[in-house]
Amino acid sequence: MIMSLRKNIAVSDSGFVFDPSSGESYSLNPIGTEIVKLLQQGRSHEDIIRDLTGKYDVDDATLERYYYDFIGMLKQFNLLENGE
Amino acid sequence: MSKLKLKLAATGLNNTDNPGPGVPVIRSIRESGSFSMEVVGLAYETLEPGIYMPGVTDRTYMIPYPSDGVEALLERLEYIQSKEQVDVLIPNFDAELYTFMKSSERLEKMGIRTFLPTLAQFEERHKSNLPRFGEKYNVPVPKSRDILSYQDIEKLREDFEFPLMVKGKFYDAYLAYNEEQVRMHYNKITAKWGLPVIIQEFVRGTEVNVVALGDGTGQTVGAVPMRKQYITDKGKAWGGITLDDPAMMELTRHIISKTQWRGGMELELIKTTRNELYVIEINPRIPAWVYLAVGAGQNLPEALVKLALGMEVKPFKHYDVGKMFVRYSYDMIVDLPRFEQLSTLGEVEPEKSSKSI
Repeated sequence: MIMSLRKNIAVSDSGFVFDPSSGESYSLNPIGTEIVKLLQQGRSHEDIIRDLTGKYDVDDATLERYYYDFIGMLKQFNLLENGE
Repeated sequence: MSKLKLKLAATGLNNTDNPGPGVPVIRSIRESGSFSMEVVGLAYETLEPGIYMPGVTDRTYMIPYPSDGVEALLERLEYIQSKEQVDVLIPNFDAELYTFMKSSERLEKMGIRTFLPTLAQFEERHKSNLPRFGEKYNVPVPKSRDILSYQDIEKLREDFEFPLMVKGKFYDAYLAYNEEQVRMHYNKITAKWGLPVIIQEFVRGTEVNVVALGDGTGQTVGAVPMRKQYITDKGKAWGGITLDDPAMMELTRHIISKTQWRGGMELELIKTTRNELYVIEINPRIPAWVYLAVGAGQNLPEALVKLALGMEVKPFKHYDVGKMFVRYSYDMIVDLPRFEQLSTLGEVEPEKSSKSI
């Protein structure tokens, strides 16, 4: 199952994330912003990981570990929902 | 087109760290631009900041405390009315509402209109009556009970788990982790607000609030949900943000429709981690953070005045999500003669250099 970003979450180019249901806001670094924007487009985790490993100087295992750690955080903050 | 003339009277000028809604209510109505208006402030204390803030009140009169009884208040209002010809009065304190509701007919005869909940509406949403309210209108509320003595505190263990909330009839709410803390808060609350003290199950979650206005026929004229972002040690919002939460809006409309609520209302809710909503309090008046609703596109105080005047008011359909308010404190310099005038004569003249805020 794909976890995508909740529909009403607003993400700005500066990495500012606003959850209008809870009123909470978060600040992301550039990589975080990039991942969240890709999630917003409905891309799968595998797809995003492939994209990032191709783009940045990082090995698959390290990126995967950090990626799922980040996804866990997004889940914890209730920013994700089950996709199609 | 000439603007409608309005003389508005309002209480709740205590813009302190525990602010009354008077100043934001007046500010909202002034800024609406709908009226050519003068404002008569009604104050209980000589140091309520709204008396001295430029552009808020045009004149202020001291009025007797609700504990002095209805007659004392009406006598004073008759005097004020003989000088002012007030059109609409907005009381802003929970503790005074009963007196004003009781007197609404006599006020009407004096030519003063109000737009308040009925006595039945006011009574049934009392903290003490909340469990019955929840059952009657199918609204989720935490378990609660009135306590009247130390003996009642000892019996709490049978039905409640700690921690629990200890609340005053009108104001104050404390979290207690054991019986000793309940006793401590019980003493503090009874000294200030009398009995009963209300014990409420502690629901874990985020506190969220809604300001709303009901037209008395079951229709919600407007409603704006908010989460406090910055809370003072008195539990008051010092900053907040409007939310997009259909469930909160639905619950508000449900309550207003079922109770046929008339007037302003503040819903205090707890949203659990599972997104369930519990009503912990229903305040029968506009809250002090109402100006956020105005900033988000719903001038509820203006709509309330129009309803009081019998004008047609169309329900608001929209508000801006993610609009924030941040409160601040500010020192004013006040000349002694103004304070002296209010202290000795019970009324104070307009300040000549008043500018609208």
